[in-house]
Order: sequence, then C-alpha cells, then structure tokens
Amino acid sequence: MAGADGDDSLYPIAVLIDELRNEDVQLRLNSIKKLSTIALALGVERTRTELLPFLTDTIYDEDEVLLALAEQLGNFTMLVGGPEYVHCLLPPLESLATVEETVVRDKAVESLRKISQEHSPVDLEVHFEPLVKRLASGDWFTSRTSACGLFSVCYPRVSSTVKAEIRQHFRTLCSDDTPMVRRAAASKLGEFAKVLELDYVKSDIISLFTALASDEQDSVRLLAVEACVSIATLLPQEDLESLVMPTLRQAAEDKSWRVRYMVADKFSELQKAVGPEITKNDLVPAFQNLLKDCEAEVRAAAANKVKEFCENLPEDNREQIIMTHILPCVKELVSDTNQHVKSALASVIMGLSTILGKDNTIEHLLPLFLAQLKDECPEVRLNIISNLDCVNEVIGIRQLSQSLLPAIVELAEDAKWRVRLAIIEYMPLLAGQLGVEFFDEKLNTLCMAWLIDHVYAIREAATCNLMKLVEKFGAEWAQNTIVPKVLGMANDPNYLHRMTTLFCINALSEACGQDITTKQMLPVVLKMSNDQVANVRFNVAKSLQKIGPVLDSNALQTEVKPVLEKLATDTDMDVKYFAQEAISVLVLA
Amino acid sequence: MAGPGGDMQWCFSQVKGAIDDDVAEADIISTVEFNHTGELLATGDKGGRVVIFQQEIENKNQPQFRSEYNVYSTFQSHEPEFDYLKSLEIEEKINKIRWLPQKNAAQFLLSTNDKTIKLWKISERDKRPEGYNLKEEDGRYKDPNTITGLRVPVLIPMDLMVEASPRRVFANAHTYHINSISVNSDDETYLSADDLRINLWNLEITDRSFNIVDIKPANMEELTEVITAAEFHPLQCNTFVYSSSKGTIRLCDMRASALCDKHSKLFEEPEDPSNRSFFSEIISSISDVKFSHNGRYMMTRDYLSVKIWDLNMENRPVETYQVHEYLRSKLCSLYENDCIFDKFECCWNGDDSVVMTGSYNNFFRMFDRGQRRDMTLEASRENSKPMQVLKPRKVCAGGKRKKDEISVDSLDFNKKILHTAWHPQDNIIAVATTNNLYIFQDKVN
Repeated sequence: MAGADGDDSLYPIAVLIDELRNEDVQLRLNSIKKLSTIALALGVERTRTELLPFLTDTIYDEDEVLLALAEQLGNFTMLVGGPEYVHCLLPPLESLATVEETVVRDKAVESLRKISQEHSPVDLEVHFEPLVKRLASGDWFTSRTSACGLFSVCYPRVSSTVKAEIRQHFRTLCSDDTPMVRRAAASKLGEFAKVLELDYVKSDIISLFTALASDEQDSVRLLAVEACVSIATLLPQEDLESLVMPTLRQAAEDKSWRVRYMVADKFSELQKAVGPEITKNDLVPAFQNLLKDCEAEVRAAAANKVKEFCENLPEDNREQIIMTHILPCVKELVSDTNQHVKSALASVIMGLSTILGKDNTIEHLLPLFLAQLKDECPEVRLNIISNLDCVNEVIGIRQLSQSLLPAIVELAEDAKWRVRLAIIEYMPLLAGQLGVEFFDEKLNTLCMAWLIDHVYAIREAATCNLMKLVEKFGAEWAQNTIVPKVLGMANDPNYLHRMTTLFCINALSEACGQDITTKQMLPVVLKMSNDQVANVRFNVAKSLQKIGPVLDSNALQTEVKPVLEKLATDTDMDVKYFAQEAISVLVLA
Repeated sequence: MAGPGGDMQWCFSQVKGAIDDDVAEADIISTVEFNHTGELLATGDKGGRVVIFQQEIENKNQPQFRSEYNVYSTFQSHEPEFDYLKSLEIEEKINKIRWLPQKNAAQFLLSTNDKTIKLWKISERDKRPEGYNLKEEDGRYKDPNTITGLRVPVLIPMDLMVEASPRRVFANAHTYHINSISVNSDDETYLSADDLRINLWNLEITDRSFNIVDIKPANMEELTEVITAAEFHPLQCNTFVYSSSKGTIRLCDMRASALCDKHSKLFEEPEDPSNRSFFSEIISSISDVKFSHNGRYMMTRDYLSVKIWDLNMENRPVETYQVHEYLRSKLCSLYENDCIFDKFECCWNGDDSVVMTGSYNNFFRMFDRGQRRDMTLEASRENSKPMQVLKPRKVCAGGKRKKDEISVDSLDFNKKILHTAWHPQDNIIAVATTNNLYIFQDKVN
C-alpha cells in the first residue's frame, strides 16, 4: 500500500498503532497482542516515553484487552531497554492492578511478580516497593487485594528496614475492614511465611494466622486452613503443638460447615505437614469426626480422602488404627443417607484392600463392597466396578463375581442411557479380569444386547467394546462367539440393526484379520448392497472403503469393485457419492 | 437526630419525572435505592430503565439549600423477552436494584427483572485518545505515502462522560419470579429469591448458583405459602432471612448446612382470634423485610402494619406500628380492586431510630421509634415549592370529620407509594409515587 516515497515497513506498524483505539474490540485485542512488534518499531526510548504512558491510561477498555495487556507487559523488559529501565513498566501494571475484574488484576500481579525479579536490589527499593506500599494503602479494596500478592516477591531482596515496613503492611491488610482484602491476605499468608525468617514466622505469622482463623467471616477462616499447611511445613516439629494445632483443632470443629469442608478437603496435605505423631494423636479423631459430620458435603469430602489418609498413616500401627478407628466410620458411610457421600466412598474404598491385605479384605471390606454393589444409586455401583483392579490384585475377583454379575446386569439394563454407557466402558477391563470363560458364560449376551439398544450412543459404544474385546481375547474367539451373531443381524428387519452389522464389521475387520474378513464378513457386506434402504447401501460403500485395505487384491478386484461400480450408479445421491469416494480411495477406477 | 414527630420538619426538595397526569406504563417507578454513601440514588421502572441521580457538591453560599440530586446516568437495563419453551412473556420491569460496596473508582449495581439479574458498572471517563497515523482526526484517510514516522496516540482531557456497561448476566436460575436480591457482607456473594427458591451466587460466576432454600412441595397442589422477600444480615455473612406469604419470617444460618431448608429461627406472632376474617391470611402476608443497619433488628411490612423484631425474640415483634388501620373496614373493596395485594416496601433511617413506609393517596408514614410518634406526609405537586414544609396529614377514620382531615372514602387508591428510600446517613428521603420521584429533606434551621 505504502507508496514509493513512504517507508514500506512503517505502514503495518502504523495500522497496528491506529487499531489500538479501533472501535472493534477484536482489532484492539489483535493490536495489543502484537504490542511487542509496535514497541520494537518505536524503539526503547519512544516505548518508554510515549507508548507506556498511553497504555497506562487505557484502563477503560474491555476485560479481554486489559488481560492481554497485563500479560504482554510481563514480557516487556527488553523492549523498554532492559533491567535498567524495567521500572517504567510499573505505572501501567499498577493501574491494571486496581481494575475490578479479578482475572485482570491477577494477571497484572503475576506480571509484576515476574518483572520484580528483573529489578536490581536498588530499583526494587526505589521503585517497586513504593508501588507495593501505594497499592497496600490504596482507597479501594481492589488495589489492596493486589498488594497481598506482591509482598513475598520483594521481601527477600530488600534491606531490613524495608522488610519491617513490609511486615507491617501485611499485618495491616490481615485486619482490613473489607473481607475481600482479608481473604486475599489469608490466601497469601502461606506464601509470605515461606520467605520470612523463622523468628518472624513464629512472632508475626502465627498471630496473624490465629487471627484470620478466627475471623468473623467463614469465607476468611476457611482460607486459613490452606495457610495452615504451609505454616506447619515451615515450623520445627516441637513448635507445631503449641503454635499450629490449637487453630487446626478449632478449624476441624468450626461452626461453619464450609470451614470443616476445607479441613476435610486438605486433610492429606495437613497430615503430611504435621507429621506422624500428631496425626496419630490428633488427626485420627478429627478425621473420624469429619466422616461423621452432620453436613453431607463435609462427609463426602472426608470420604474422598479415606484411602489417602490410611495410606499415609505411620506404617508401624497403620493396620491397627484403620481397623479400630477408621473402618467403623467407613462402615457407617456405606449406608449413608446421601448418595454423593456413598459414591465418594465407593470411588476410594477398594484402595483399602491393598493396605489391609488379603485376610482383612475378605473379612471386613468384602461385605462393604458387596453392599455397595447393591446400592440403589448407580453411581455408587459404577464407582465400585471401575476400581475392581485394586481388589483383583489382593483377593482375586472370583470372591466378588457372584455379586458382581447381578450388579453389572442391572447397570447394563439401567433406564438411563448414560449409566449403560458407563458400564460398557468398563466391560473390556472387567472381561480382562474375569477371564474369557466367565465372560462367555455371563456377559457375552449383554454385550450383544447393547448392539440393538435404542440409543445410538450405546450401539456405537457397544461396537467399540466388541473391538476391544477381540483385541483382548483374539481372532479365534471372535470367529466363534461374536462374528456369527454380528453377521446374523444383517437379516434383521430393522435397518438400524442392519447398519449396526456394518459398523461392527468396520470396527472388527482389522482385529479379526484378512482371513475372517474376506471369508465371512465380505460376503455379508456385498449382499447388503442390495438393501432397499439407501442408508444401508451407502454404509456398505463406506464399509467397503474401510475394510478394503484388509482384503487381498483379488477379492478387491473381483468382488468389491463390481459392487461399488453398481452402487456408483445408484439412484440415491448419497449412495453414489460414497461409492465413488470408496472407488477412488481404494484406487479401483 | 431529631425525630420527625419532634422538632424536625420535612420540606420539599425536588421532584423528578413528567408532570402531566397521563402516565405511560413504562414510566412507572418500580424500585428506589440509595448507594452506600448516599451520593447516588438509583431508580428502576417498568420500562426496564435504570436512572441514577448524583448529589451535587454542596453549595457553600446557600446553606439552606442542600445539594440536589441530578441525573448522572440513564440506561436500559432489561429488555422485554419471550420464553419460547414456556410460551411466557418476560417483562422488562426492574424489580430490585442493589448497590455493591464500592471497590474502585467505578460504581457497581445489580438490577433484576423477573428472571435475570445483571451486574452493571457505572464509570466515568474524562480523557480520550487523539492522533492517528493513517487518518486525520475527523476520519479522512491520509495518503499513505505521506507517512514518514509513527505516531503514538496521546490522551487528552474531554468533557466528563458517564458510561454504564453490563459486566455479568446471571440468568436461567429462576423458574418463578424473582422478588429480592441481596448482597452479602462477604463482598463476594449475593442471594436472589423467587416465590419458592433462594439461590446463592458468586458475583464473579454466572454459570452456576447454589440453591440454598427450596420450599417447592413435591406436589404443587400442596403449596400453602410462598417466599415474598429475602435479605442478608448486614454484618453476619452467614445469616439471612426470608419472609413468607403466611406472615412468618425464617432466619437461616448458612454455617449449619449447605441447604438451609431447616431454619434456625422462626419469627411469628400468634394471630389475634378476635381479628380473624376471610382476609386474615392475605393481609398478614409480608411484602418486605429489612434488617436495621446495626443488624440487631429487622422490620417487616404487611398490608396494614410495620413490625420491628428483635433478632433475639422470635415469638412476637418488639414494636408494631399501624400504617393505615382505617382500611381494616375496607378490606372487602380493596380485595375487589386487587389493592389488597399491593406490595409496600419499608426502610430504616441512617441510625435506625425512624422507619418509613408508604400508603395510599400518595401518603407515606414515618414512625419515630424512640418517641413512639408517627406522622403522615403527602407527596404531591401542590407542595412542590422549594423548601416548602410538608404539612402532616390526618385521615378521619369515622365519626365527625375535623377540619384538615381527609375522609377514608375520599382516599385515592390508585395513588400509592410502594417504594421509598432513606439516605444512609442524612435526613434525605426518596419517595416514588406512580411515575414521579420526590426528594424531601429535613429543614435546616
């Protein structure tokens, strides 16, 4: 576009700059994403003196533009002249750190954290730390929440006077009037504790932690639970009891279920952080209480952690703790009134068998598995079935098979197709563990019944299931048990079932090999080319294209080609199209 | 603060809206709400519009004239919609407006119609970019050949522009009509209540909400009551109340369980058997519930009265004020003209010492809790001279009518004041008549 007199290379940049203020958000966004190109063209000097001031004032824009801008500025150091000038990036990021959209603020804070590393220690004190202070004492809580994420990055690299100021600022924010700010401070407490000297952790952080953990708002208290994990990891074992445990105990019994939920949700982390002794004395009873909590959400969260908690118990008396303290609670959960609790438990309970060993599993766990296999809620049964492999290793699946079968059959016939779909997906796994004999005897009929399910998704999954079974049990098994039944459906009066034959052939041909495909499947496919339903005929064409590579060239030329040629002159447009496509793919023309 | 029945007198300050008597349906005011500083006042109307008024900076030269409210921003919050699945028209009428605590230089409010809640940002802009590379400021394209250098736009000052932009749309969570929204003191959640359910939302998340109350019976024929209003406690983030059409208020603690079907307190006054009538249940239905600013009390409005409840006493209200007891003998005709179903709202003054609610004939009532005095005032064009003092009105309930009294029979039931708001600190009130917004203030001596 640019003429001979103008500078060719300027034109695209000029467009980009103009589009920074285009009406169309998408164009502005494109320009912002190419900000580095603009900066490169302007050079470091003009980027610092013209571009950045302009960007600092563009905080009126749409969130997505601001988000892109906040991200770009994190990688801008070289474009403003290197670490020496990196502080020029602070003003635009500072204004981005005060916008109301959390995603934008978080991105601005992330970029600020990134460029803080590129500040020299002097610049950090002269430019960066004052910015943190400004944000921390800002009028609006958006700026104060942003400040919370910046303390930990500058603290390690500043002088001790400045460090004292930073600690003071953090302390102030922990008791801010707005819960939003206290939440931000609580969520950064652990991170800040990590960069503090141990003495200050004990003197400062612990008191802040205790205060936040007893905040009047439960949304703040629950965040203190997370901080508890990091703080406990930092402290020497002997201090945990006096400094952390009172708060943790209080949190585990908090009046608000959301706080207790948080404790349950973070239980494995807490367990690792406080070590085996405290776990034995304190966490075991706490965990028992959470498993018996009056709120189902809490019980479900705790139930989810049963296996992990047991695994991480100190090995010397693990079995005894589980048998006397945990298992009784688990037994009650099996008949919980809430299905989410039961299904959470069902997803982990099988894992206990590896920890408890064969005898305990048979005596204590097996009755629970069996009870859950008969649960009224399909999700519970499914979760048990999907984790069968854990038990298989310990006691072998035979112990379960008598109860397993009715459970599987019931799920296979469930009125909800998504439940049926889920159980089909476990079929290959089950078949592998139960063995071919058991499968032929009990499950084969089910797999075949799914092929004529009235929901397409089930028929499709059933087809795929057959392929996986053949991969597992081999071609010979396929030839004897599956192929005859599949081919039999080719004469079904329902055209949907006839099509299922074709879909099965598509899926099975490769696993069954050339011999079976040519001798048994191909004749059926070819015969179906005369079907009166056009959908069947064009699926014949598609099937021929699919199984063509498995066939030998003789069969292709003498049998497939004439049929496809005939289909290519079919009256139906789609049949013609797919026949022609098959001819060209198989290079038969 | 002096009570309204004592030394204080109210005077007219401003009236907003068209003067002619011919009222367009869309102009009917459906909600009035001050923001947390009182600097802004928002109204919503049946046409789905939100109008925001801003208090001007005080004029030091004329201390008797306190700063007036002028239009700051007007925007269309909701449009009429049609639910094709249920063959239902969804009105654009704004049912409620709630301001969010201020988080940065911009202001935010939630507005809702029957189905959809929207979060609006109202922000100011006083700079605009200037300078293009490829065109002149007036839009004419330059000859690209003349470009010899790059120009970065600069921001230059311009006239103040106020923009309202929709930030979030919280939709598809209510089967029935939303009657209340209330922002939680935790600054991150709010609730929305319809006839049978209350949902809890995070202000930043629009694709899911949590159902915290569900009173829908399995069989709708067993339905005996509906939720009429709901509000969060001003200080305790875990506490909220909801009122029902049966005249009860339930207080729920969200700490106790995720689903608050079991209330932790039930506020209910035993019915007076001597007052029992066909209309008892209808007139006991609560049309509004509001916590006091200090969080110790709550106020409920039913058809004939305002009740103040101490949160620590469930069996009866600590104070009961009759709003228009003279209507008790007229309930039959009020039933026939549907007025008995009018939903009057109520509000507290800044220090919780006075409460206010509306009535018919463009009357509104104030009750001074300390002095146990009440007052009836009228919002009318006749009183609309600047700083004119409002004369207290009296309704004659029967017997001989004294001078200056108005007979019950001459009350105009088409003129009703449903929505009122009190400035959070000062004695400034906003009173919505059908399509006019009156602003009154106490007389400064």
